[in-house]
Amino acid sequence: MEILVAIIIGSLTAVGTYLMLRMRTFPVIVGLSLLAYAVNFFLFASGRLMLNAPPLLYTDAPHTDALPQALTLTAIVIAFGMTAVAVIMALAAYLNDGSDKLDMENAAPEVTPEERGQ
Amino acid sequence: MSLALIAALPFLGALLPGLMLRAGRNACATATGAVTLLALLGLLSHLPAVLRGEMVQARFEWLPALGLNANFFLDGLGFMFAGLILGIGLLIIIYARFYLSKNDPMDQFYTYLLLFQGAMVGIVLSDNILLLLIFWELTSLSSFLLIGYWKHLPEGRQGARMALTVTGMGGLALIGGMLILGNIAGSYDLTVILENREAIQESDLYVPALLLILLGAFTKSAQFPFHFWLPHAMAAPTPVSAYLHSATMVKAGLFLMARLWPVLSGTDLWFYLVAGAGLITMTLGAVIALFKDDLKGLLAFSTVSHLGLITMLLGMGTEVAAVVAVFHIINHATFKAALFMTAGIIDHEAHTRDIKRLGGLRLLMPVTFIIGTIAAFSMAGLPPFNGFLSKEMMLHEAAHTSTLFMVMATVAATFSVAYSLRFVFHVFFGPKRDDYPAKPHDPGFGMWAAPALLVGLVIAIGLFPKTIVGALVATVSKAVTQADELPYYSLALWHGVNAALIMSIIAVATGAVLLLLHKALDRAWIAAPRPEAKAIFDALLAAITRTATRVTDALHDGAMSRYLAIFTAACVVIVAGAFFTADYVQGTRPMLPMTVPALVGFVLIMVPTLALALLHRNRYLSLVLMGVVGLLLSVGFAYLSAPDLAMTQLSVEVVTIILLLLALYFLPKETPVESSPARRWRDGVIGAGAGLGIGGLIYALLRREPDNIGWYFLENSYTGGGGNNVVNVILVDFRGFDTFGEIIVLGVAGIAIFAMVAAVLRGAGGKRLRAMAAEHVKIGDRHPLMMVVATRAVLPIALVVGVYIFWRGHSFPGGGFIAGLVVAVAVLMQYMASGLEWAQARQRVAYHGMIAVGILTAAFTGIASWFFGYPFLKSTFGYVTIPPLSKFEVASAMAFDVGVFLTVLGAVMLALAELSRMGRVSDPDVPINTDPMDIVTDGGAIRPAATKDS
Repeated sequence: MEILVAIIIGSLTAVGTYLMLRMRTFPVIVGLSLLAYAVNFFLFASGRLMLNAPPLLYTDAPHTDALPQALTLTAIVIAFGMTAVAVIMALAAYLNDGSDKLDMENAAPEVTPEERGQ
Repeated sequence: MSLALIAALPFLGALLPGLMLRAGRNACATATGAVTLLALLGLLSHLPAVLRGEMVQARFEWLPALGLNANFFLDGLGFMFAGLILGIGLLIIIYARFYLSKNDPMDQFYTYLLLFQGAMVGIVLSDNILLLLIFWELTSLSSFLLIGYWKHLPEGRQGARMALTVTGMGGLALIGGMLILGNIAGSYDLTVILENREAIQESDLYVPALLLILLGAFTKSAQFPFHFWLPHAMAAPTPVSAYLHSATMVKAGLFLMARLWPVLSGTDLWFYLVAGAGLITMTLGAVIALFKDDLKGLLAFSTVSHLGLITMLLGMGTEVAAVVAVFHIINHATFKAALFMTAGIIDHEAHTRDIKRLGGLRLLMPVTFIIGTIAAFSMAGLPPFNGFLSKEMMLHEAAHTSTLFMVMATVAATFSVAYSLRFVFHVFFGPKRDDYPAKPHDPGFGMWAAPALLVGLVIAIGLFPKTIVGALVATVSKAVTQADELPYYSLALWHGVNAALIMSIIAVATGAVLLLLHKALDRAWIAAPRPEAKAIFDALLAAITRTATRVTDALHDGAMSRYLAIFTAACVVIVAGAFFTADYVQGTRPMLPMTVPALVGFVLIMVPTLALALLHRNRYLSLVLMGVVGLLLSVGFAYLSAPDLAMTQLSVEVVTIILLLLALYFLPKETPVESSPARRWRDGVIGAGAGLGIGGLIYALLRREPDNIGWYFLENSYTGGGGNNVVNVILVDFRGFDTFGEIIVLGVAGIAIFAMVAAVLRGAGGKRLRAMAAEHVKIGDRHPLMMVVATRAVLPIALVVGVYIFWRGHSFPGGGFIAGLVVAVAVLMQYMASGLEWAQARQRVAYHGMIAVGILTAAFTGIASWFFGYPFLKSTFGYVTIPPLSKFEVASAMAFDVGVFLTVLGAVMLALAELSRMGRVSDPDVPINTDPMDIVTDGGAIRPAATKDS
């Protein structure tokens, strides 16, 4: 089981990093989200894996470590906030410049919506 | 009055001028003066104790872990400086009231002045050197504001910038020096440091500490080679110059050298550096001063010279020299402040400070003439004024140090006589002229009262030194030298015929001759080539800026993906290097068996993840794949004993995908192929490296036994927090402060989105949005009946579920975060089904308000525990029974969770509603429907909804 979790986290990181290295904002945001999944799952897994042992005291022992779960819970919500801000920033940049390119060296709009229109 | 209050008063008072100006300029000045007077009286209340040799203290713990405490202490040295700062400050406030013109914003001036005053008082009263450093930096900043007060003058701005650069740089060096000093002494308290002379001077770090501290002191006190900033700071209004350069800012460096005198002085290095710099500065400043035509320029270089004099005395390292230094600090402050004010009066009345355009003012401005002459004679060191006394003592010390000091001191004294006499004779004597820019006459009493008072002191100290300042000088000198008994010295006009007197007579005679020859000398001076400090400084600064720009441009060319690639690759390489050079030991924790559901889940997550790398160009598809990954992760959380995480991930996933879909509405739907295959391979390798690293790391971690504090929360959750759901108890109780910070971050994110959308809609983005309308494909049925009905039916149920999830959160999976997200999804469905306008028309609370109420609720829950004597956010709980319900638990942490709930709901909804608003702008032609749906029922007949155009 541990191997599976490690492979999943590794793959999410790898694909997330690859997408973040793309040159348009949208894949970068998707890559950021994947990286956030990886980080959140990593954080959670650092409390070690247990089956049928939720940290609810009315269930029978054993209970898994609750602290990484609590930290991960807020991390998930914060990751949403971060994604939302990144999305709006990307959108604002696109609407203001007419380009969703990430690099600043090419700030001139190559295809404006007007040109793209019917 | 507590010392801390004395230091804090000017800062608190800095709020007053802005308010009081509305009541008039007199009220403004009175309020400012009252603040300073109050602080001064507070200081004077400690005078008896200080004269008895007691040490007054006030101590507050601030950051004890860092050794940073708000500790203040007052001894003779601190008292003298604080007295000068507050006393002369008071006179300056009075003087400035009449000096500033109607066009000058007086409130700003007094605010800056009080800030500066507070910072200076803080320096001289600090016991903790870290606290002292903070005040030290504050003086640099507030003096920047004061020097640049006349923002419209380029000289003012440049002078302020130069002063800030030089003193700020020195401040940085000083931080380093003080930290070393504190480290050697083992304490950041001055009182402790002062007792560790041997340890400090024997330390290997004594030399670097001394160099850094002196760099700080020399820059502040304008010692050679940092003397150049002071004359340029003369662009400030005269009250500022009088304050900063007679009694305060430039004396801060002297104060520091005097304060640390007991532990730093007495070594050869100290002598050569300090006495040497002082000697050069004293002579150089005096020579340059003679050739300055600007009255304030003359006084500026004279100040540089006198600061050098005091530095030299401190550098000599003998106790008598220290006594003379103390005495001269007092004398210099009195006559120099009076002289600056005199220069200000002349400038104010004659509209020029150029000596070559003045002369003959003796009869036109008799009062100013008397004040200026007495002060200038004191500066020249003529009897019977106070300047004479300390200069004689200085010459005596110099004569006993070495021949070089004797000669140089005489030269400096000679030029000092020459420029002082020039101030008197070229300004006040000579024939009356008819080409003054304005008709000069004496100012009103308000303006000459302050300098007159100071001149009174000049005479009184000169005639009766022992009576007036004898006790003070003795107390201060004991504080400087930390000696119980001072060696013999005598404050008197007449010491008989000795070396000093002869040197003095030579100086006066030669000085008078120099003045007679001034015309010829001046021509020679102007013709002679000499380095222009400002040009050198500007060239140096420009060179540094150019280099910095070149480096920055080379490193940061705006290629974001390349930065990230370099950063990630560097991390991978470093970690790989560390891994392969270290001995890796495989952990021994047994692995969980692989199960069939786990394997199925694994495949289901891996396929869309890997597919994303290949298919991401189709943006809709990439969102679908991402959603699948996110949902399966929530299943994974549930499977691995984390029900709360599963619920959170599930609801966040829904909200995230909706958000991205909304954004995609405006963005291109495809990502074009732009990178070469080689580039993609490169990125793939970097990504794979990162993935291997992270995957390997978590695998290594999972194979080791945990060693952490997790058990603590499991054991204390019920007994300490009253909840069975340990995750929720941690969130709202054990680690409530973290959660509080996190909801604030979320709230800020929501507000930031709101602001960004508003900015986009106003700017170029708004135009482009409106232009987009044409290309959007319209669907036939905007609000499908089935969906409208279904979402409305679901809303109350969803809300009840939200309440249920919230309520049970303390003991079962759930809580404020999850409930907030669930309710957000339910409300969001209304937006999607029935439209923005319909939903917003029914929205009672603005989302900003909801965020604010949420954060405030959480904060007040935390603060409430203060009233019961508990620390912030300390939770309590109990059980209540409300018939007919069964017994249930109420914890104060639940109020906190309400705050969490409201903030999450507000932030999520704000983000999504703002995106919808952009959609509204992009399709202005679509009719706005405020009715429940596109069709309305009207008396049984069904007809199309009334629409109106926007």
